[in-house]
Amino acid sequence: MVAPAAATHEDAASLRVWHVTKEFASPDGGVTPGALALDDVSLSIAAGELVSIVGPSGCGKSTLLRMLAGLTTPTTGELAIGAEPITAPSAERGLVFQDPNLFPWLTVRRNIEVGLVARGKLREKRAEVDKFMRLVGLEAFANSFPHHLSGGMAQRVSLARALINHPRVLLLDEPLGALDAFTRMRMQDEVLRLWQTHGTTMLFVTHDIDEAIYMSDRIVIMTQRPGKIEQIIPVDLDRPRDRSSQDFLRLRGDILETLHFAGQPMAGNKS
Amino acid sequence: MELTAPLNRAASPRPTEAEAANRSATRPPGLLRTRPQTLLLVPVAAAIGLAIHFLGPRAGVALTTHFYPWLLSVVLVLGLLGAGLQVFSPKLRDWMRQMCPILGVAVLAMAVWQLVTTCLGLLPMPYFPGPEGVLSALVDDRALLFDSTWHSLILLLGGYAIGTALALITGVTIGWFPHARYWGMPVLKVIGPIPATAWIPLAMVVAPSAIFSAVGLVALAVWFPVTMLTASGISNTRASYLDVARTLGAGRAYLIFRVAIPAALPNIFIGLFMGLGTSFLTLVVAETVGVKSGLGWYVAWAQGWAEYGKVYGALVIMAAFFSTIMTLLFRVRDRVLVWQKGVIKW
Repeated sequence: MVAPAAATHEDAASLRVWHVTKEFASPDGGVTPGALALDDVSLSIAAGELVSIVGPSGCGKSTLLRMLAGLTTPTTGELAIGAEPITAPSAERGLVFQDPNLFPWLTVRRNIEVGLVARGKLREKRAEVDKFMRLVGLEAFANSFPHHLSGGMAQRVSLARALINHPRVLLLDEPLGALDAFTRMRMQDEVLRLWQTHGTTMLFVTHDIDEAIYMSDRIVIMTQRPGKIEQIIPVDLDRPRDRSSQDFLRLRGDILETLHFAGQPMAGNKS
Repeated sequence: MELTAPLNRAASPRPTEAEAANRSATRPPGLLRTRPQTLLLVPVAAAIGLAIHFLGPRAGVALTTHFYPWLLSVVLVLGLLGAGLQVFSPKLRDWMRQMCPILGVAVLAMAVWQLVTTCLGLLPMPYFPGPEGVLSALVDDRALLFDSTWHSLILLLGGYAIGTALALITGVTIGWFPHARYWGMPVLKVIGPIPATAWIPLAMVVAPSAIFSAVGLVALAVWFPVTMLTASGISNTRASYLDVARTLGAGRAYLIFRVAIPAALPNIFIGLFMGLGTSFLTLVVAETVGVKSGLGWYVAWAQGWAEYGKVYGALVIMAAFFSTIMTLLFRVRDRVLVWQKGVIKW
């Protein structure tokens, strides 16, 4: 196999997915064939790009993100960040889940510090903690425990916690999925602001087509069982984007059509 | 709050009463009329106790002790003093409203106890002395009782500390490392449920002295529940916490000590409470059988001399001693698990 390292992408913050297949072992130990979560997926994301993945549930988008984070290994194929193959989790690839997953036993401040403490850098980078708490507007809650926070606040802490390591890439798995519509729109702008100020490469999974169009440079549309990339749609709209503009709505229609097509994997099964 | 209130009203058959009770829990105005009676419960009970003591009949030989009436008099005076001072202190009033019923009934129970034993002789002597007999035993034998309590405390704390320390090590090891789990869990499941007291014959042979054997038995009694719950707490750590920590750059030490152990702490405390209960039991039995000091030994010794006043006196001290330690452990838990407040019902 040709190593992805040989590719022309030289920027350290680019991501490459190279013919990746992921098969989950069947629970009965191989009597029935395992589930094919991803089937020959290839994708490359440039440094500083904001790319979203949309698709029906079970299309393997979360699995792809976990593999990029290094938490799961592919059955075949390779993944790389810059020129380095991805084999294990690293602070260079931050991951934000739908559930903020804050440590309930730590205050907001200590939660944000986790990355620095884990890497033994708290002493030299203590000032960063204040900076990031200001950045997400949570100075007043520094000493609160996570269960006192609203969903949006908790997710902001989770973003600050991931960003304090200055990751080259930020992977977001439906980060705004659990929020109400208003908080969600505010948080979309917040994530965009963080992306623009830090220039971090971002790859995020979402169910929400409007969110994908509003935020991303490109939209990856995936199909279900097995997970495959159906289409990659570039979004050539100027930011900030108007959710009700003609171009926005036209793009939305295109994507819905593609997804509808993608939602019927088996021919002759049209009910 | 605004949302749940109407729901409660609809669900409760007598909404106004429920609301009144609810309000009175925080602010007193609802119970103003019953207040004088409540606040005088303690002195009234003490007065009844004194009346029974001085005016009641004597079934057997009268005990020439003044400790009991003195105690009742002190309670009477304090009760009246409190009833008077609460007018000026709302804080004292709230406390008294909370405590007076239970304290009053406790004093009354002592009076009934004296009536049944000393006055009417309904229970066989010398097995059931009256409160004045127990009280005088407590006062007369205070030096030996203090010494016994002190020895029990040392044995208990020594054994508990050693057992907990070992249990945390074994529990974390079994909970985290699959190999340790494979080999350790069966041993734990087979050896653990044996009551620590069943090891007494072996402990007496192996240990260099009775004190060592008692400390070892208490440690064993604590070790099993704490190990079991620590191991299960560690292995039940939410996988997403560990995933998050790993993507933030955490190594194995961070994952064990800063993620898995804090996540397991609520479980570990359940083990510590269970272990405390079994360690009390083991301590008393070990003292009765081997060690020649401590409250367990004192009870057996007093019983040998048929001094049942002393037996009950030691039991009273044990109750105070054990419940104090239990309360302290609750305090420690409240401090350590303060982050759980509001998450779960305590």
